[in-house]
Amino acid sequence: MSKKILVACGNGIATSTVVATKIKKYLAEEGIDAETTQTRLTEVTGKVASYDLLVTTGQFSGQTHGVPYVLGMSLLTGIGADETLKKIKEVLMQNS
Amino acid sequence: MEQINLDDRLFFRNCSFNSSNEVESFLSDQLFKYGYVKKEYKNAILKREKEFPTGLPSSSPAIAIPHADTNLVNKTTIAVLTLDKAVTFKNMAVINENVDVQIVIMLALSEPHSQVEMLQKIVEIVQSENLRRKICNTNSNQELISLIKKELQGEI
Repeated sequence: MSKKILVACGNGIATSTVVATKIKKYLAEEGIDAETTQTRLTEVTGKVASYDLLVTTGQFSGQTHGVPYVLGMSLLTGIGADETLKKIKEVLMQNS
Repeated sequence: MEQINLDDRLFFRNCSFNSSNEVESFLSDQLFKYGYVKKEYKNAILKREKEFPTGLPSSSPAIAIPHADTNLVNKTTIAVLTLDKAVTFKNMAVINENVDVQIVIMLALSEPHSQVEMLQKIVEIVQSENLRRKICNTNSNQELISLIKKELQGEI
């Protein structure tokens, strides 16, 4: 079954676009079927429960209802990006 | 391909400002003056920067990418500004940390989840200290404009 990833940033319009694109590309290369949905940080708590993973570019300290959470800033800055992608893969594989 | 219109009037080099608020107010006013955004855009930018800051932590010179609601944008473009002395933005990922920003790229996007290619190219600039230095070290507005156009659109 396809994995569902919620990708959130401040306005849900710019940085989440870049991060979602990078995650999709990486997971496709790794042979993992995944779909991403973009949203605003303020809407995460209401939406996140039905997803397998939450990735945000901005700081998020709200309720994730037990959904694993990975900070995606490294995918913008490049610093630690490979580790972040590996972590995303690990989390998705654990839940399968 | 979704090519955006880069406006030469929206590039500003070697500016002096004391705060992120001042920079963002100035750029918002310019975008409004040339019809790219609605009047309310400025307040939305300033409010958003407080709640969800846009400083991207990196080696010096660092970048901030302020942007606001798509419904306040008439026409997609970007405004670019370099600072002679860095101003403090907050770190997008860790709100109580500061980022000393010397390059501000204000994104006026009229549609959410759009401009993937341009955003990816901006992220390439963010990830390249060499490119960021080049942007700060340009000697004329025209050089800055050409450099950004080349990086974002492949034009010379």
